[in-house]
Amino acid sequence: MTAPAEIRLHDLTVSYERMPAVHHLSGTFQGGRLTAVMGPNGAGKSTLLKSLVGLLPLDEGRIGLSGLARREIAYLPQHADLDTSFPITVFDVVAMGLWHELGLFGRIDTARARRVDEALETVGLPGFGERPVTNLSVGQLQRVLFARLLIQNARAILLDEPFAAVDERTVRELLAVMHRWREEGRIVIAVLHDLAMARTEFDDALLLAREPVAWGEVEETLGTDNLARARYISEGWGRAA
Amino acid sequence: MIVYEQLVQPFFDYAFMRRALVACLALALGGAPIGVFLVLRRMSLMGDAISHAILPGAAIGFLVAGLSIWMMSIGGLVAGLSVALLAGIISRTTLLREDASLAGFYLISLAFGVLIVSTRGSNIDLLHVLFGTILSVDDSALMLVAGIASLTLIVLAVIYRALVIDCFDPIFLPATMRGAGVFHFIFLALVVLNLVAGFQALGTLMALGLMMLPAAAARFWAREVWSLIAVAIVIAFGSGVTGLLVSYHFGLPSGPAIILTAGTAYIVSVIAGRHSSLLGRYMHRPHFHDVGPLPDPNDHAHARESVK
Repeated sequence: MTAPAEIRLHDLTVSYERMPAVHHLSGTFQGGRLTAVMGPNGAGKSTLLKSLVGLLPLDEGRIGLSGLARREIAYLPQHADLDTSFPITVFDVVAMGLWHELGLFGRIDTARARRVDEALETVGLPGFGERPVTNLSVGQLQRVLFARLLIQNARAILLDEPFAAVDERTVRELLAVMHRWREEGRIVIAVLHDLAMARTEFDDALLLAREPVAWGEVEETLGTDNLARARYISEGWGRAA
Repeated sequence: MIVYEQLVQPFFDYAFMRRALVACLALALGGAPIGVFLVLRRMSLMGDAISHAILPGAAIGFLVAGLSIWMMSIGGLVAGLSVALLAGIISRTTLLREDASLAGFYLISLAFGVLIVSTRGSNIDLLHVLFGTILSVDDSALMLVAGIASLTLIVLAVIYRALVIDCFDPIFLPATMRGAGVFHFIFLALVVLNLVAGFQALGTLMALGLMMLPAAAARFWAREVWSLIAVAIVIAFGSGVTGLLVSYHFGLPSGPAIILTAGTAYIVSVIAGRHSSLLGRYMHRPHFHDVGPLPDPNDHAHARESVK
């Protein structure tokens, strides 16, 4: 691919509902590496992802991109943000990933339709195109959303708790998709809760407790000292409130 | 022949019935698709607030120019758009959630509107604004309603894909492109326009009825957005025609007759619709993997049997 993709954060401060949720965060997300964003509840993990895709304004600092444009950042929100009772087929959800190519009027030609079908095959749902999303299990829905990410063909992929409530087999297969993205030199950032998964499957970790506790190679970052410190900071929030 | 006399003759005999019929068709074509998206976006309450907000706007137009369709429409349009925007801003910048701020707005608007009309106009005028008079729709009102319906269909066709995406995953477009909020505001403007169109015929309080009831009923018959819209249009127009005939034959006010017909269609759909209706639930135990056709919902004998 082209120049290695990087997302650089310079002294980033972001608020959620006017409470500063991420303080003075600096560092770089690199292409070709899987980064796990970890931390206690309310540590600003989701806020960070939202600010990276432009859903939340920055209070301070800036985000520098190299090797990718802003529209080449794809984002997968948590389940709660989707209306799964909405009458839409699996095919149409995956085809949403073509938005930048199609806009309001572009036609889904046979080549693009084939890409959608192939993406569904990659995530283990061949022939699911005509099904309504309402009938899918949590794991199947997550596979569909990964297919949409595949179609988006983004240089950076941000995932907010992608494996919450997802069955083990689906987790394994979706992790394989993520590893494929790493081989392709993409930036992959995932908010996670599972320490063991972060240690075995990810390259880097960012440990957040509203302020950055540690950011670097996964083993070092998720060492006991750092985890204890993150927990200690988060206990302070309860007392202050 | 008696069927013909009862159902068709009134429209040939009286120009006001023909105008009302055309007004119903235009309202169905424009309003029903908007209603479908309101239901899908869970914005029914927003529709409610906007429809009430139109009242003081129309009342101010009435104060300025008397019973002028155009002034009242412009007043209603301005007031409706203001409330839609204000409610959005307030829910974004304060602790109050959108539904609470909307309820606040529509209560204030309603009281304010009734106050204006009743201090300056007669009770007849108040009734006219609150409940509309589809049977006295004149040519200029008809032009307005038809114009709004045409504009609605064109604009909906343009932003359809974005609306569908936004309903399913409201975060997707804002996270993918700049300025995605514009689709939401265009949609809100269409809601206001169609409620203004409806208030000529049905009054500010019931204009929403011809929008929401067919859309809510359609949820029990169709499973794609386009078919929901088609079903909603048919139900809305059918309700209009039926309501007009009922009001003609029994000397009932036309607005309530139309809305009650739509209401009947809604209740029938809740009970006996094709998808997840009350009867359907008894006839068909839910299977999570099932995507096949459901049993015939009109098979009442079968339904009664399985209830036993």
